[in-house]
Amino acid sequence: MEKTYYNPADLAKFGNITEWQSEMGRKFFDYYGEVFKDGALTEREKSLIALAVAHAVQCPYCIDAYTTDSLQKGADEAQMMEAVHVAAAIKGGAALVHGVQMMNKAKELTM
Amino acid sequence: MKSLHAQHHPLADTSYQLTVLNPEQQVGQAWPAFAGKLRETGLLPLRPLGVGTLQLNVGKMCNQTCKHCHVDAGPDRTEIMTRETMELCLQALRQAPGMQVVDVTGGAPEMNPDFRWLVEQVSALGRQLIVRCNLTIIVANRKYHDLPAFYRQHGVRVVSSLPHFSAARTDAQRGEGVFERSIRALQMLNAEGYGQEGSGLVLDLVYNPSGAFLPGNQQALERDFKQRLRREHGIEFNNLLTITNLPVSRFLDYLMESGNYAAYMDKLVQSYNPAAAANVMCRSTLSVGWNGYLYDCDFNQMLELRVDAAAPQHIRDFDLGQLSARSIVLNQHCYGCTAGAGSSCGGATV
Ligand code: SF4
Ligand code: SF4
Repeated sequence: MEKTYYNPADLAKFGNITEWQSEMGRKFFDYYGEVFKDGALTEREKSLIALAVAHAVQCPYCIDAYTTDSLQKGADEAQMMEAVHVAAAIKGGAALVHGVQMMNKAKELTM
Repeated sequence: MKSLHAQHHPLADTSYQLTVLNPEQQVGQAWPAFAGKLRETGLLPLRPLGVGTLQLNVGKMCNQTCKHCHVDAGPDRTEIMTRETMELCLQALRQAPGMQVVDVTGGAPEMNPDFRWLVEQVSALGRQLIVRCNLTIIVANRKYHDLPAFYRQHGVRVVSSLPHFSAARTDAQRGEGVFERSIRALQMLNAEGYGQEGSGLVLDLVYNPSGAFLPGNQQALERDFKQRLRREHGIEFNNLLTITNLPVSRFLDYLMESGNYAAYMDKLVQSYNPAAAANVMCRSTLSVGWNGYLYDCDFNQMLELRVDAAAPQHIRDFDLGQLSARSIVLNQHCYGCTAGAGSSCGGATV
């Protein structure tokens, strides 16, 4: 079987990170649980934000988890793809806006 | 799409479905026995808390063939309850005034030629009457257009499936064009007063996931459904009931075909909730099949798992005392009723 760095089965072992540092691990999961509760934003909106961020940070575990979670929270394909476009727009925009820095530097160095 | 029955599909055989659900006899991969989980929860043998609801499955005939249908219903199914069997059900109701709710389901129950007669009889008995209406039947043919008015006359509580507020998600599960026709039917029900404040005419919608995942939080989904259906289609309804798809019949076929079966069973088992287990719907319901045989629920009915042999097997032998003391027949599909917030014909149970 082909070996890759990522194994989908590892997602279910996420909780095991508390084994080697239980206090910080627990605090992280408490915080994580709190963040995703219904608040000023609905659980569905938070799930779509998480899905977008998962694409921006390119974490395959999070993409799996938040695709399932978004569907479960009632999002449809159109909403999910729009969330991915939001991530793409911000990532693309972030690269391009640095073009201004490039232009500044180039102007500084050239006649 | 044809029913599994018409395709002569192996899963049309309920004994084959049971071997799939109990894989230790088959491929060596097994999930813990559901009965064992209940034992750990202190609920075995599982007993009724009373029989408040009589659920009548008046037939497998349906104008739709939804991908997830646990009944394997469709236009090609001909099994329907006869008026004689309905008479026996009415007799049972007369004997048991405590059975306050009569829940009529199918297929599309409205396709049974004696459906309206049954509704009139039950309504005359003064019981609360629920009809599980698939919506599209209302617009399928002129002879059904007056169903909303008929329901209003008899104070029927209408419970209707609408898997999503988006057309794509709904049509993926229930068939092309179903969403648009469902919306038209909902507008007709609304026009009759259903779902409108102060009318007393209850219209509930049923959400079940259109795929291999569990339903989300019932209140949150209800809020989203209300907002979207009101804004986009001017539709009002009362409650949203979230139901988990059980690995039975066509949903089981979907799970196996799509390679999701093992992961879905894992998910159900991991999400076992003891509080949901205490509230499973078979503890308060008795289900009657189209041919009068008795089951603990509609799912057991579709797996042909009749009530415990010590209890009366057929509605003609109805005996409330014996049925109330029965032990409920369980199998691996029962994990679907106890996952997460629980699932029943009335929605989440915890
Ligand atoms: S889910 Fe309901 S509407 Fe769909 S095929 Fe089955 S009985 Fe008919
Ligand atoms: S599937 Fe039927 S018998 Fe099993 S727990 Fe659910 S309601 Fe009870």
